[in-house]
Amino acid sequence: MNAADEAIVRATQAGLPLVAEPWGAVAQAAGLTQAQLFARLDTMLADGRIRRIGAVPNHYALGYIANAMSVWDVADDAVDELGAQVGALAFVTHCYRRPRRLPEWRYNLFAMVHGRSRANAEAHLAQIRALLAPALRASDVLYSTRILKKTGLRLA
Amino acid sequence: MDELERAIVNRLQGGFPLSERPFADAARELGIDEATLIAKLKAMLEAGTLTRFGPMYDAERLGGAFTLCAMSVPAADFERVAALVNAHPEVAHNYERAHRYNMWFVIAAASRAQIAPLVAAIETETGYPVLNLPREQEYFIELRLVA
Repeated sequence: MNAADEAIVRATQAGLPLVAEPWGAVAQAAGLTQAQLFARLDTMLADGRIRRIGAVPNHYALGYIANAMSVWDVADDAVDELGAQVGALAFVTHCYRRPRRLPEWRYNLFAMVHGRSRANAEAHLAQIRALLAPALRASDVLYSTRILKKTGLRLA
Repeated sequence: MDELERAIVNRLQGGFPLSERPFADAARELGIDEATLIAKLKAMLEAGTLTRFGPMYDAERLGGAFTLCAMSVPAADFERVAALVNAHPEVAHNYERAHRYNMWFVIAAASRAQIAPLVAAIETETGYPVLNLPREQEYFIELRLVA
């Protein structure tokens, strides 16, 4: 990441200023012209360093009260193929393979599911369970009960 | 949430214009004026309907390092531990979950080398072990919620 990109990240990571010309303010803070700023932002959007620009909603405020982190112990030789299928389900917002930490933690596949009710989330989880069944050894579900912190990325 | 807030969430989770007056441009699409949109966004941030407004970065693609951590904290000690964990600027999100592992947080650091010392510091400060679960493979990511 070059110095201009880093300056842009620092100037925007807490959010855009809510003023009529927010990009002008960001450009000034980053020591760039607005045209240079837009060129860098276009590049970062194109290469995925910026996922998108806009509003980041609070799940709870949108009525997604059942936010389930489902965790699955899937046979190592099947987890990549099945993980890709789970990740492709419309109601799965994040899907990752993570290391087991035996004996405390046996689950290697994580899938986040957001539902408007517990029943809605459970129906989604049943669909994942059916998909993983041939290679599934155990599973668990962790519902979030409170956001303790949510700030997004901060460069230290 | 009122109709305008719903429209803002559904139309502005991405694609905020790169232009001289982006709020004016986005407001026009929503059929309102610039000042109304800015005031509404401020109110939604203050009320917690939105957690942020701006670019959403992928920490790993920026060259940073990410990990998911879990802790099992007794209820009586939970608030103290949450405050200690949240005090680290590298802790980007922290959720309470109904499970034996009841605290789950994401660390976003500038480099992989910073993660282990930070995890160790949190263990020392809080007195509880931390499960460090970095992602090894990402299968898909799309987080756009319909209001």
